[in-house]
Amino acid sequence: MYEPFHRTTDDMLRERPAPAATVGVIGWLRTNLFAGWINTALTLVTLYILWLAIPSFIGWAFIDAQLAGNDRFACTGDGACWAWLDQRINQFLYGFYPSEETWRVNIAFVLLFPALAPWLMENVPGDRYLRWFSVAYPVIATILLVGGFGLEVVQTDKFGGFMLNLTVGLAGIVLSLPIGIVLALGRQSRLPLIRWFSIIFIEAVRGVPLITLLFVSNIILPIFLPPDMALDSVIRVIVMVTAFASAYMAEVIRGGLQAIPKGQYEAAQAMGLNYSKAMRLIILPQALKISIPGIVNTFIGLFKDTTLVIVIGLFDILGIANAMVSNPDWLGLSTETYVVVALFFFSVCFSMSRYSIRLERRLDTDKR
Amino acid sequence: MSTTEDHAPTPSENPAIEIEGLNKWYGSFHVLRDINLDVAERERIVICGPSGSGKSTLIRCINRLEEHQEGRIIVDGTRLTNDLKNIDAVRREVGMVFQSFNLFPHLTVLENCTLAPIWVRKTPKAEAEAIAMEYLERVKIPEQALKFPGQLSGGQQQRVAIARSLCMKPKIMLFDEPTSALDPEMIKEVLDVMVDLAQTGMTMLVVTHEMGFASQVADRVIFMDEGQIVEQNNPDEFFNNPQSERTKLFLSQILSH
Repeated sequence: MYEPFHRTTDDMLRERPAPAATVGVIGWLRTNLFAGWINTALTLVTLYILWLAIPSFIGWAFIDAQLAGNDRFACTGDGACWAWLDQRINQFLYGFYPSEETWRVNIAFVLLFPALAPWLMENVPGDRYLRWFSVAYPVIATILLVGGFGLEVVQTDKFGGFMLNLTVGLAGIVLSLPIGIVLALGRQSRLPLIRWFSIIFIEAVRGVPLITLLFVSNIILPIFLPPDMALDSVIRVIVMVTAFASAYMAEVIRGGLQAIPKGQYEAAQAMGLNYSKAMRLIILPQALKISIPGIVNTFIGLFKDTTLVIVIGLFDILGIANAMVSNPDWLGLSTETYVVVALFFFSVCFSMSRYSIRLERRLDTDKR
Repeated sequence: MSTTEDHAPTPSENPAIEIEGLNKWYGSFHVLRDINLDVAERERIVICGPSGSGKSTLIRCINRLEEHQEGRIIVDGTRLTNDLKNIDAVRREVGMVFQSFNLFPHLTVLENCTLAPIWVRKTPKAEAEAIAMEYLERVKIPEQALKFPGQLSGGQQQRVAIARSLCMKPKIMLFDEPTSALDPEMIKEVLDVMVDLAQTGMTMLVVTHEMGFASQVADRVIFMDEGQIVEQNNPDEFFNNPQSERTKLFLSQILSH
C-alpha cells in the first residue's frame, strides 16, 4: 500500500554537490585507471611496460648515443649513432637541390605558414589580404623552387628529400579536395553523362594501386597532352597522386553528403536557393564537417604515399635513406636512419590529425 | 464565418493559388487525384485527413518540392512548369514551415534568418539582420539570435523556422504539420505565433490536426482522403455538421481523445 502525500514549496529538495570520490583528480583516477580489478590490472601492466621501454629508449637515443664522427667506425658505444646526421641532413631535407640555392626552399617553406593561416585558423589579422597571398602562393613557390625571373633554374629531377615529399604532398592535398568535391557531386548528378564520368573515374582510379598508376603515367598522361610535350616527372607524380587521392576523397565526401537529411535540401529549395547556392551555403559545409575524419585520413594516406615516387626514379626522403643505409661509410645504421625518416612523417601526419580534432570541436555546433 | 476574436481582413476576390485538375503519381501509386482548389489572397485554409491522404504532397506541389504529372498550378500569377525561373520565382514568394523544422544546424539563428534574404533577395546584410531581429521579436525569441538551433527547444526551433520564412516577406505561407513533432507543452507557443500571423492577413495553407486552431482561424477546412478532396466547408459547418461518412469517421477519431 502507498501513502498519499505531497510536498509544499518549502520542503522541495535542494541541489547538493556530487560525492567527493566521483569528481576531481580522485574521481578521474577511479573512473579511468582503477575502475574494477581488470582495469586496475591493465593499468599496472601498462605502467610496467612503460617503465621497461622508456628508460632503455632514452638510453639508446640520447645517453649512450654517439653524436660526432666521419663514418660508422666512429660509433663504438651501445647507443645510437647520430654522427651521420651532420653530414647527411641536407640530403634528407633537399635531395640533390644545389646547396647554394637551398635558401629558396627554406623561404618557400616559411611562406607556407602565412599562406595556410587564413584557411586553417579563425580571426587571423589581415586575413583578407592573406587569402590573396594564399592564392598567389603556388605561383610564388613554383618560381622559388624551379627558378626563372632572375633565379637560377633548378631542374625538377634535382628535387628530393623531404622537400619533395612536402611539395608533392601539399600539391596533392590542395588539389584533391576540390576535385574530390566535384566528383562526389558529379556522382549524385541527375545528368547521366556527368554521373557516369564521375563513377567511371572514381572506380577506375580507386581500383588500381597507386604504384601501378605511377608506372603507367608516362603512357597514360601523354594521351591528354600535345604530342611534343614531354612531361616533367614531378608534375607527373603530382597529377597521379592527386587523381588517386581525389577518387578516395570523392567517396569520403559522398558519405558526408548522404548523411545530410533530405529536409536540409528541401528547406534550402523552399527558400529559393538554387542548386549551387544550396550546395555551397547549406549542404557542403555540413557534409564536409561530417567528413573531416575521412578527409584527413585521405590526406595522411596521400602524404605517406609520396614515398612511392621512388618507382619513377625520384629520391624522396625514404629514397635518400635507402641509399644511405647501403653506403659503405654508414652501413648498419638502418635503425637510426629509419627512425629519423619516421619522425619526419610522424610530425606532419600527427599535426594534421591534431588539427582536424580541433577543427571538429570548433565546428561542432549541433550539440553545443 | 469563424467563431472567435478574429480581426483579420477577409479574403479578397483575387486568387493567390489556382490548382486545376492536379494529378500526381509516385511511380504507379496515384497519390493526388483531380484536385481543384482556388485559394484567395488572405485566405486561411486548414487541410486535414488521415496519413497517406496526400495532404502534405498537395502543399509540397505548390512550391514544387514535388513535381506533378497532370494539371495546372498557378501561384501568384506564375504557372509552375519545368522552367527553373518560374520555380525560383514561386519559391521566393512562398514560405514553408516543415514538421521537422529543418533549421540549418551549422548557422546561428540569426544567420538562418538572413541567409535567404541576403543570397536570394540580395538584401544588404545590415538590413537583413534588422528584418530578422524584427521577426524574431514577433515570434518572441530575439534573445536567442546568436545561439545555434541545436541549443533551442523544439518549440523555439519551430518559431525560428517561421521567422526564417517570414524574413523573405512571402505572400503565401505553407505549413506542413508544424506541431506534429513537438511535445504537448510546446504546441501552444507555436500555434500562438501562427494565430498571430493569421491575423496579419497572410495567405496560409496549413496541414494540421489541431482542430482548435482550425476553428479559431481558418476560413475554410479541407478534408482529404485517398488523394482527393472529400469535403470542404467553413469551420463551423465542417465540425458541427460534417456531410460525408469519411469526414464523420475521421472527426470522431481525432476528437475522441
